[in-house]
Amino acid sequence: MAAVRGWARPPPMRPARLVSSPQFRRGWWTWVAMRAGLAAGWLSRRLGLGAGVIIRGRVTLALCPSALSRLAAGRRVVLVSGTNGKTTTSHLLAAALRTAGPVAHNATGANMGDGAVAALAADPDAPVAVLEVDELHLAAVATAVDPAVVVLLNLSRDQLDRGSEVRAVAAALAGALSAHPDTVTVANADDPMVVWAATQSPRASTVWVSTGGRWNGDATSCPRCGTTLHGNGDRWRCRCGLARPAPHWVASEAAAVRDRHVIPVGLRLPGQFNLGNAVTAMAAAELMGVDPRRAAAAMSLLPDVAGRYAVVTYRERELRLLLAKNPAGWAEMLGVLDEARPLLVVVNAREADGRDTSWLWDVPFEEIAGRPVVAAGEHCADVGVRLTYAGVEHATVADPLAALALLPTGVVDVVANYTAFHQLRRRLTAAGGESTR
Amino acid sequence: MSAAPELVIGVLLPDLLGTYSDAGNAVVLAQRARWRGIDAGILCVTADTSPPAGCDLYLLGGGEDAAQLFAIEWLARHRTLRRALSERASTFAVCAGLQILGTTLTDVQGRCHGGLGLLDLTTAPRRRRAVGEVITRCVLPGVGLLTGFENHRGATTLGIGVRPLGQVLSGVGNGVPPASRRPAGRTWPVGPSSGGGIEGAVTDRVVATYLHGPVLARNPALADYLLSRVTGQGFPDPDPPEVPDLPGLRRGYLSPTPPRRARFRSHLKPW
Ligand SMILES: [Zn+2]
Repeated sequence: MAAVRGWARPPPMRPARLVSSPQFRRGWWTWVAMRAGLAAGWLSRRLGLGAGVIIRGRVTLALCPSALSRLAAGRRVVLVSGTNGKTTTSHLLAAALRTAGPVAHNATGANMGDGAVAALAADPDAPVAVLEVDELHLAAVATAVDPAVVVLLNLSRDQLDRGSEVRAVAAALAGALSAHPDTVTVANADDPMVVWAATQSPRASTVWVSTGGRWNGDATSCPRCGTTLHGNGDRWRCRCGLARPAPHWVASEAAAVRDRHVIPVGLRLPGQFNLGNAVTAMAAAELMGVDPRRAAAAMSLLPDVAGRYAVVTYRERELRLLLAKNPAGWAEMLGVLDEARPLLVVVNAREADGRDTSWLWDVPFEEIAGRPVVAAGEHCADVGVRLTYAGVEHATVADPLAALALLPTGVVDVVANYTAFHQLRRRLTAAGGESTR
Repeated sequence: MSAAPELVIGVLLPDLLGTYSDAGNAVVLAQRARWRGIDAGILCVTADTSPPAGCDLYLLGGGEDAAQLFAIEWLARHRTLRRALSERASTFAVCAGLQILGTTLTDVQGRCHGGLGLLDLTTAPRRRRAVGEVITRCVLPGVGLLTGFENHRGATTLGIGVRPLGQVLSGVGNGVPPASRRPAGRTWPVGPSSGGGIEGAVTDRVVATYLHGPVLARNPALADYLLSRVTGQGFPDPDPPEVPDLPGLRRGYLSPTPPRRARFRSHLKPW
C-alpha cells in the first residue's frame, strides 16, 4: 500500500460519497416494485422459463420507471462497457472490490437497464456496484446511476444489424461521458475509437490503460477525420492530431506496469486480452480504493466467467468452452487455441448474436487449418462455406453435441458465439456434462 | 519468382470500406478462379498507397458515412484508376460502393455530394434503415435467385443509363420503384418503405448491389458471372464439389417462410 501511495496519481476524483442509510432513501414504492420483480423472477424460475434475471428487472421497471436511479442512489457505481470483455472485466473487478466489502454485480451478463435493476435489487445493501452495460445503453444507465467510474474497454464492429456504426456508438459514448464530468473514465489507450470517445469532453479525467489488443480492423480509418491511421497497437497517430495518449497502466507479460512499478498478475483465465481486462480492472479498483496488489490476488482466483473458459467433461472429451462473437473476439481467441487440438466452431445468428453472418469473413480462419475441425450451430453452413474458402478441411453438423462425436476424444476446444454458447452450456448440463473446474 | 497472375482482383480501400466484410468477395472470386485453373491474385489497395490501374476487376465494399465521402474524394483524385474504371476494367460494388459510383449522394443532414458518376443513379437517405435478409431474382443470364443481407439508409433512384440487378422478392433493395411505375408528380423516396421491388444496378462494366453476406459467397453463380465476364470463359457449374456446404447454405436462405411465400406471389408480376 505504501508503494501505491507514492505513485504518480491518476487525475483526481471526487471523494467517496457517504452511504446515508441502508434503504438509500429509495421510497416505499421502489420497495414494492423490487419485491414484485423478485416474485416474478421466482415464478419464472419455478416455471422453468429461465434464470428470471431479466423478468425481475422488467417487472420492477414497469412498476417504478425510476427504479434504477432509486436503487443506485447513495452507492458508488462502476459501469463497464465496450464491445468485447465486458463480462470478464466486470467479474474481475467485482472480485477485486469484494476484498473491501459487498458488491452488487450483474454477474449473468444481463447488461441493459433491466439487468442493472435486477442486480441492484438483489443486493440492496451493497454500498458498491459493478455493472456491465451494453454500449448502446451506457448513456441511459449513466444518467440513472451517476457512476463514480466508467470503464471503456474497446469498440469494434459487433451486431451491425442493430443499425449502429462503430463510430456512431463511440459518439454516443462520448455524449454520455460529457454529461458526467465528475465521473472518472478508465479507458483503453490502444483503441483509437475509445480514445476519440473519451477525449471529447473537455473536463474529462481519464486513466489510460494500454491493454495490448491484437485486432484493429475497424480502427484503420481515423474516427475523427476519416483518413488512414498509421501504426497500430501501442503506437498510432493521425495527422489530424488524434494520437495514443501516454498510458498510466500497461498490461505486459503477466504483470501490470503502473509507471515503473511492476505488479505480477497471475490469472487462471487465458490470453493477453484477459490480462488487459485484468489490468483495466486493477486501474478501476484503485480508483475505488482497493490496493492493486490485493486486487490482483483476488482476480487470480477466478476460475471462469459465467461459464466462459470453463472445462466440461462430456463423453470422454474434455471441452474447453470459449466464447467469441465477432472478428475482434475471434482474433483474441485464436491466440489461446492449441494448434494441435480438435476444434468445434458453433455459430448462431439470432437477435442477440446479430442476424448478419458476414463477420465470419473477417476472421482469419486460415490459421486453424491442419487440426480436426467441425462446424456446428444454426448457421453451420455459413461457417462451413467460409472454412472451405479459407482452405480448412472440416465436417459440418448442425447439432453441436452430435458434432462432438466426429472429433477425437481427449481435449477439445469449443468456440461458440453468444446464443450458441449459452445453448450449448444448457445442453451439456442437461446431458450430464461435468464441470471439471 | 512466378510471373504476374493471369487475373488480378483489386480490392479498393479495404481500410475504409471494410465494415461489412465485403473483402470476402475477393477471396471467393480468386478461389473459384483457381479451382477452374486460372491463376488469380488479390491486390489490397489501401488509402495510403497509389492505386494500380491494371487490375482486371475492382471491388468496392460497404463502409460508414465519413469513410464514404473520403473514398469519393480519393477515387476522383487518382485519375488513371478512375479512367481504368470507366473505360477498361470491370467493377463490382457493394452498398456504399454502389452509392459512391452514382452521380449524387445526399447525406442524412441533407447535404448533396457529387459521386464518381460511373453509374446513372442518385441516392438520398431513407427515413428508416433497411436491415435484414433480401432475396432477389437476378436479371443477369443464368444467375437465378440472389440472397444477401442489406443494411443501409440509402434510397437509390436509377436513371435510364443503368438496369436494376434484380427484382426484389423479399426485403427492401433500392427502395425506389423504377421510373415506369412511379406516379407522375411525386418525388421519391416517400415514406419508410417506398417499396418498388428492384435492387442494385448493372451496366456493361459495373455490377452493383446492396447485398452483403459476402454476396458472392452466398451466390456462386454471380461470382462465376463476374469471372466469365472478365476472363471470357464460361463456367457451367455454379456448385462445384469444392464447396460442399453451399447447397445447404442456399437452401437455408432461399427457402421461404410462410409469410415470405405470400410476399413472393405479390411480387411476381412483371415490372
Ligand atoms: Zn484523424
